[in-house]
Amino acid sequence: MTGFAGHGPAVGHGFTVPVLQLGDVLLVTLQGELHDGMAEQLQEDITARISNTRVSGVVIDISGVEIVDSFLGRVLAEIAAGAKLLAARTVLAGMRPAVAITLVELGLTLPGLRTALDVERAMELLGVTTRRGEGSP
Amino acid sequence: MMQASRHAGPADLPIGSDADLAWVRQQVRQAAAELGFGLVQQTKLVTAASELARNTLVHGGGGHVRITPLDAGSTHGLRLDFVDTGPGIRDLDQALTDGYTSGGGLGLGLSGAKRLVQEFEVDSRPGEGTTVTVTAWATVVPPSRTVP
Repeated sequence: MTGFAGHGPAVGHGFTVPVLQLGDVLLVTLQGELHDGMAEQLQEDITARISNTRVSGVVIDISGVEIVDSFLGRVLAEIAAGAKLLAARTVLAGMRPAVAITLVELGLTLPGLRTALDVERAMELLGVTTRRGEGSP
Repeated sequence: MMQASRHAGPADLPIGSDADLAWVRQQVRQAAAELGFGLVQQTKLVTAASELARNTLVHGGGGHVRITPLDAGSTHGLRLDFVDTGPGIRDLDQALTDGYTSGGGLGLGLSGAKRLVQEFEVDSRPGEGTTVTVTAWATVVPPSRTVP
């Protein structure tokens, strides 16, 4: 299986969004300033990757994102909705507390989106164990 | 001398592209941090600024934002004026309603931004443009208590 056939990372304004495939899961790491056009490009990119790689889960790590406004919130919700139609589950990981407080006040609680405190817990939610040892049962 | 000029007066930033929105967010955050805003306050103000700057770009056809540091006794504030010369807002009450959208968004831009700041004002004239002015304070001054 060739995996990423023809789909590199989302590119825009000199930034790239790393999208890694870890087994059955795509790990997308958002960091810093994400321009609107870049977020939309990312949506297309992730959706194409899900289809090409046939992963069953997507983890979007936003621990490096300082603000989520209604535009980015909508894009994240649409990524999750598109993934669901392609039989993949999406988990949003690592939201900063200040971002959570702001989103609630903004009126954007992203009800359809599953969340986890960090990437490791997100992977666990998707049935992927990232930490080995420690006398696993 | 350089330090003094930093807070000396308002700064105007253009709003004409995605990249400008990102620049506005960065500059608002930096100004708020310098004025002593806490992390949550900074995040709220930057988020409000992002919503309003996008409105200026998408609905107003572009414009600018004026960032003005404010002093009120011991506390500092930041005023942001988002100015466009677009078509104006026809029905302001409707535009301020959660969920109402004319641009394909979530309809939380104006109403959401209003909740994220302490002062909020819209001046819109049909055919001339819209100015949205918001103010946030680093320390929220509690209403003065009447001591019996």
